[in-house]
Amino acid sequence: MIPAFLAIGFFVILTIPFVGVKYKGILVYLAIVVNAGLTGYLALQALMGLPFETIFQGSAVTGAIAIRLDALSAWFILIINFIFITGGFYGFFYMKAYQNQSKNLSLHGIAFVLLYSALISLTVIQNGMVFLIAWEIMALTAFISVIFEHEKMATIKAGFNYLLQSHVAIIFLMLGFMWAAYKTGSYDFQVLSNYTAGEKGAATVILFTTFFVGFALKAGFVPFHTWLPYAHPAAPAHISGIMSGVMIKIGIFGILRMMLVIKPDFAIIGYIILVVSVISGLYGVMLAIVQHNLKRLLAYHSIENIGIIGMGIGLGSIGLGTGNLVLATLGFAAALLHVWNHALFKSLLFFTAGNVYQATHTLNIEQLGGLIKKMPQTAFLFLIAAIAISGLPPFNGFISEFILYSGLYHWLLDARLLSLVAIIFAILGLVMIGGLAMLCFTKAFGVVFLGNARHTFKHEVHEVSFQQLIPLYLIAFFIVAIGFFPGFFLKLLIEPVSLLAGNNGVAGIFETNTMQTMQQISWAAWSFIALISVIFIVRKLVLRKQTVAVEPTWSCGYVKPTANMQYTASSFVRSYTKLFKPLLLSFKKEKKIQGTFPSDGFYESHPYDKLEKWFIDKPILAFKSFMSRFIFLQNGKLQIYILYGITFIILIICIPIVYELFFQVIGYFKQL
Amino acid sequence: MLSFVLILIASVFFTGIIVRTKSMASGRKGPGIMQPVKDVVRLFKKGAVYSRTTSFIFQIAPTIYFSSVVMAMMVVPFGQSRGFISFNGDFVFFAYVLALGKFFSIISALDTGSSFEGMGASREALYSLLAEPAFFILMGSFALLTGYTSFHEMFAALHLGSYISYAIAILATFVLVMIVMIENSRMPIDDPKTHLELTMIHEVMILDNSGFDLGLIMSAGFLKFALYGAIIANLFLGMVPYQYSIPLFFIIQGLLAVVIGLIESFIARFRMSHNPQFIFALTSVSLLIFFGVLLVLGKFV
Repeated sequence: MIPAFLAIGFFVILTIPFVGVKYKGILVYLAIVVNAGLTGYLALQALMGLPFETIFQGSAVTGAIAIRLDALSAWFILIINFIFITGGFYGFFYMKAYQNQSKNLSLHGIAFVLLYSALISLTVIQNGMVFLIAWEIMALTAFISVIFEHEKMATIKAGFNYLLQSHVAIIFLMLGFMWAAYKTGSYDFQVLSNYTAGEKGAATVILFTTFFVGFALKAGFVPFHTWLPYAHPAAPAHISGIMSGVMIKIGIFGILRMMLVIKPDFAIIGYIILVVSVISGLYGVMLAIVQHNLKRLLAYHSIENIGIIGMGIGLGSIGLGTGNLVLATLGFAAALLHVWNHALFKSLLFFTAGNVYQATHTLNIEQLGGLIKKMPQTAFLFLIAAIAISGLPPFNGFISEFILYSGLYHWLLDARLLSLVAIIFAILGLVMIGGLAMLCFTKAFGVVFLGNARHTFKHEVHEVSFQQLIPLYLIAFFIVAIGFFPGFFLKLLIEPVSLLAGNNGVAGIFETNTMQTMQQISWAAWSFIALISVIFIVRKLVLRKQTVAVEPTWSCGYVKPTANMQYTASSFVRSYTKLFKPLLLSFKKEKKIQGTFPSDGFYESHPYDKLEKWFIDKPILAFKSFMSRFIFLQNGKLQIYILYGITFIILIICIPIVYELFFQVIGYFKQL
Repeated sequence: MLSFVLILIASVFFTGIIVRTKSMASGRKGPGIMQPVKDVVRLFKKGAVYSRTTSFIFQIAPTIYFSSVVMAMMVVPFGQSRGFISFNGDFVFFAYVLALGKFFSIISALDTGSSFEGMGASREALYSLLAEPAFFILMGSFALLTGYTSFHEMFAALHLGSYISYAIAILATFVLVMIVMIENSRMPIDDPKTHLELTMIHEVMILDNSGFDLGLIMSAGFLKFALYGAIIANLFLGMVPYQYSIPLFFIIQGLLAVVIGLIESFIARFRMSHNPQFIFALTSVSLLIFFGVLLVLGKFV
């Protein structure tokens, strides 16, 4: 199967540049669908308890290359496949607007196929060296996919920001794998696992932390998140959806994989991950609220959701460390399910944001408004995703957050003082995250889709084609399905969770504990829908007999309201911004209206990231100012540059001589 | 199931008692106790006016808001009898299903494109989010105290024995009463009877609702009062047999209504910018309860 997988990718990459513009997309999509079928089959088998393993000869440099597809890989492969199938379909139509850029499209198609292959490979390769190569392919192809609109300065900047930061991640991963190879003499994960089994304490914790930082940079944990809010808005919509839905999850996958391989001191690691995650979750959503760019807002929400996933991992890890199997089960189950859920609703949100961008050519939410009348289907899909991401019943976001809550409250029952503080911190964090997400998405949905249009566009704004909406309906279907039949999807989780919890008792816990609850939740979801339908029908019947009039909005007596008088996104969150001011950062430009005959005035505010200022901008500024002391060396005269060269060569030659001399002098002193 | 019926009955007279208390406190005779319900019945019979700006969101939102409150009612138990739905962690469902209702009432306010309603929506979103932590920590304290995580089992196992547990119950009642005031947009947070739209939260969000929809929203408000009243009653009625607990339930509901009426009569509304501080203080009180529970259980080591 693996040769077939590679051959299909290879063949498509070679042929894309030579086929006509119209067929490039079809070719790419076919390759992805066929490969998804191949890997999906293996993944499903692994989820049923039949893992797949094969070992390639490899070369002298890499050693034997082990390919192991276990339940954890399978879970992530299914996500990658699903999002690439829907995202590819969506992207095929999204890219129709760029048909005149044939070469650019070829490159994009090649990058897309390579990105898919790299992501799938990352989940199964268990050889450090090859893993890094696949990681690099992923980083580079994602970079190329992001900078599709490379004629825009902001896009290129965002692309390089991403490229740089993903290479910082690679440095950490390299360090980890080098240390492992140095200690064990092999790149194989299995060998490393055997080695660390005998090694307890600081070494494993530090090794794990190194990997954690590397993978956290990819996943977007705070404070390693700063590339996300630039890269996501710059990319085309399907790439944003894939990056946020799948690519950052590879970071999560890496963390989980390393947990399995290294088996560090789980309790300590768990607490670290829990704290980092709660902070990530809160910080992500707090900054999301103040954003004006729709895709940037969604990017910050990815950070929030990574935080929620991380909380699950942290709980699971603590459960393992303290021997609390129920806690471990609930934590890992919540994390893995939320990975799926986030991939679903976040890609749906990015795709609908792409629809908005295609229709209006702007993502600035202050210029949008009233789109629900022009794009009712997009609005409806966005609404479903918005409810799901806010963690509200009856959709999928609620299920994973509920499992997380059950984990937290279960832990509460046999906790001591230190863990109680952690629990209260986590519960407070999760509650606030939920509430703030609701504030954020009522704002996003309300301002973009409801009310009146705030800006008149020169072009006509209309709904995208129905074919482009098909994959979005498919995603929405799964969002609803997980909400209404959680039990069915939890059954699929038994294998991966058993793997992570290292115990076969997971199935029993699911049976006695979670399944019954899920049954009740499913029942509640159905009765909720039934109740709504009944009341709505009654309302319809009652109103049919009455007179129903359509009038302008009541504006408290004012007769000439305009669209500009509506509440804007900034005013909607103004009381929030005032309350959380110490934690936020924004740049303002203001000219007040003055005089008896009022002058023109304006007010502008640009949200910025406080952590980015302190962790990225300030150090770079310090570094720059230090380097600027040597700027006199660069004076543009060729003769002087030649002189530098000669001086440098002479210095290099002199070093051994000086070294000798130095010891001679010391020798003389000793003789004294 | 018993709880569902009892809450329904209590909701009929709850708001009437509040109105009556307020009018008596201000030296008026006031309308009859059934007047608010009669108003709603009249609304159900009326036609409706919809704004030109609104979309289907505005049409379905009141229905979903009302349904969310009814769903929340189904979760709440009464003494030994459980609610329609009862499972471990059902209070999470309770809070989140109410949040769904709020989500829809907020976006339906934004759907009208009115700046007044936007203002109300903004405030509602912020204040309700700040009130949530207090509720979750309170429930966490009960879970810790009783060792269960569902409403029914928690309340059934809640014994009031020592002095500290009385203190906890009183503090919990205080927190719940305040949550009632926030959730129902009542006095120290919001003033439903003010003369100016700028100073309202909940009432200004429903400026454009009329007829059947307005009736649904109003009756959801009645139900919400009785709903929280039932939770407060449950704090005290865990083990009491039915012949005493059912009358006691109505006495507690009536008492709560009188207290709310008195609070409304004698406390002025806070400045909007002071509301968050007040709500944060509530979270601190609930943390106090949590530490009180730790004391009771001797886990402070």
